[in-house]
Amino acid sequence: MLKGKAFKFGNGISTDDIIPGRFAHLRSNLPELAKHVMADAAPTFITNVKPGDFFVAGSNLGLGSSREHAPLVIKMAGASAILAKSVARIFFRNAINVGLPVLLCDTDGIKDGDELEINLIAGTILDLTTGNQLTFDKIPEIMHRILNEGGLLPYIQKHGDYKL
Amino acid sequence: MGKTLVEKILSVKSETEAKAGNIIIANVDLVFAHETTGPLAIRQFQAAGFKDVASSLKAVLFIDHGVPSPAWQLSNDHMLLRRFAQETGCLLSDIGDGICHQIVAESLAKPGDLVVGADSHTVTAGGIGAFACGMGSSDIAIVFGVGKTWLRVPESIRIMVSGKFAHGVYAKDLILHLIGQIGADGATYKALEFSGDALNNISIPERLTIANMAVEAGAKVGLFTSDNVTKAYLTALGRSDQYQQIIPDHDAVYEKTININLDDLEPVVAKPHSVDNIAPARELKNIKIQQVLIGTCTNGRLDDLAIAAKILKGKKHHPQTRLLVGPASRGVLLAAIEAGYIQTLIDAGAVILPPGCGPCLGLHQGALGTGEACLSTANRNFKARMGNPEGFIYLSSPATAAATAITGEITDPREVI
Repeated sequence: MLKGKAFKFGNGISTDDIIPGRFAHLRSNLPELAKHVMADAAPTFITNVKPGDFFVAGSNLGLGSSREHAPLVIKMAGASAILAKSVARIFFRNAINVGLPVLLCDTDGIKDGDELEINLIAGTILDLTTGNQLTFDKIPEIMHRILNEGGLLPYIQKHGDYKL
Repeated sequence: MGKTLVEKILSVKSETEAKAGNIIIANVDLVFAHETTGPLAIRQFQAAGFKDVASSLKAVLFIDHGVPSPAWQLSNDHMLLRRFAQETGCLLSDIGDGICHQIVAESLAKPGDLVVGADSHTVTAGGIGAFACGMGSSDIAIVFGVGKTWLRVPESIRIMVSGKFAHGVYAKDLILHLIGQIGADGATYKALEFSGDALNNISIPERLTIANMAVEAGAKVGLFTSDNVTKAYLTALGRSDQYQQIIPDHDAVYEKTININLDDLEPVVAKPHSVDNIAPARELKNIKIQQVLIGTCTNGRLDDLAIAAKILKGKKHHPQTRLLVGPASRGVLLAAIEAGYIQTLIDAGAVILPPGCGPCLGLHQGALGTGEACLSTANRNFKARMGNPEGFIYLSSPATAAATAITGEITDPREVI
C-alpha cells in the first residue's frame, strides 16, 4: 500500500521539462542532477515533494528523449509512483526499468495536493481528499515482472537474461 | 494472413511468427549509445556483472552530443566511453566523426537489421529499412551484455504517399504535416510504415528525415520499404552486398491507413512549444527570427546543405539573424566542402559548427537568449530545449530556414527560389 500526496502536472510534460538538456554535464552525478527535476516547468516540486508522494500527469507524459535520467530523477526526488492518462513509449520502459511504477488511469479528477492511497496488488487508487476511487490499467506481464524485481538491473542480476 | 514490414523483420529477429501485439525476445544486430546516455549504460552493464559485449553484436559508442566537450564533467564522460571501447573492443566514434544516426545510416545499419540505440532518434535508420528504435540506458546496457531485447510487436499505421513534391516543398514538410495531422501522441507504441508509388521519388536522405521524426508522433519505428532506391543508395556507398528487398505482403493488416498526396503539401513550420503545432510558413511572415540553425540528425545531410547553399548563394544573412550550420558528419562536411557549399554558406555569413548535436538539445553552442526565437531544421521545439526556458523554437525544412536567414522573419521559401 502506497500513501502520499499528489503533485499534479498537465499534458505533454516532455523529458526536457523533467530534466532539461542543459544539465547533461551532471548526468554522471545523479544526486546533483536530481536537484534540477522539473527545473523550469515546476521549480517548487523538488522542495515540496516528500518520500512516497506521487507524480501525477495528464496525457503523453515523458515525450521526447530516451534519457532514463528523467524517470530516475523523479524517483530520486522521492516519488513512489507515476500516475498518468498516457505515457510516451521510451519513458514508460525507462520508468519500469528504474523500478518506478507507472499507473495508467484517468487522472482528470485528481487535484494537486490530494492525498492518495494506492493498492498496487488490487489495482486501486483511492483519493482520500475527494473520496473518489480509480482503477489503473495492467501493464504487460514482462514489465510487471521487471517491476516486481525492483527494475531491470535487479531482474537481470537474478535471471541473467530475459525470460518470457 | 500477410505480414507488415514490422512483422517481417521481427519474425526473422525473434525466430517466431511475430504478429502485432506479441511480446517477443529478439536478436539485436546493432546497438549504440552516446556520451549522454552511455555512461549510465556502462555503469549498469558493469553492475549487472557483464565483462564482454555480446559477440553477436555490432556495438558502438558515439561522442557526438557535446563536441568538443564544453564542460569537464562531460570530458570525463567522454573518457569513460573511450576507456570502455578500448576495454571491450566495441567501436568508438569520436569527436568530429558526426552524429550517431547519420553514421548508422551511412555505414553501419542495413535493411532488415534490428537496431536499438540509447537515443530516441534511433528511428532514423528506419529510412533504410531497418527496424530501429530508441531505448534508455538500462535496456541498452542489457543488450550490450546479452545481444537481445524484449519488444512488443507494434501495430502498423500505413502512410500511403502519392504524387510529387511541389517546388519548395520537401520531406520535412511531409513529416511535419503528418505529425500536425495525427498529433504528438498520434502513433504512440505504433509503427509508421510508409508505402505508395511516390516512394520511388523519395531518396534515402529524404526518407531518413521522415523516419527521424516518427518518434515525434510517439511511434516506436518509422519504417520504409527496402527497394530500388535503397539499393542505389547502398551501391553508391560500396555496400550493395548489404541490400535485400523488404516489402510488406499485399494482404498485411494495418491498424489504419492515412493517405498523403505530396501535390497537396506546402512549406510548413512547427511553432513553439510542440512539434504538432503546425502552420503554413506563409502565415507566419511577421515572426522575427534571431537564430537560424541548419543541421542536426534531421536535416544536416549533403542534400540539405545543397538546398541551403543554393538559396543563400551570393546573399547575406539578415543583420539581426545569426546563421548556424552543422553538417551531420565528417563525410557530409567533406563532401559539402568539395561541392563548394561550405564556401557559399560562409560567404553568406554562416558559422560552421563541428559535426554533432550540441545546439539542438541545448547542450553545446547556440543557446538562445531570453525571448529569442530560433528557426531550426531539428526535430524538437519543446520549451527549454535549446538551453533556455524563455526561448522560442520553430521547426522547418532547410529551404524555409535558409529563406528566413535572408529576410530575418519566417519566410515561405517559394518567395526566394
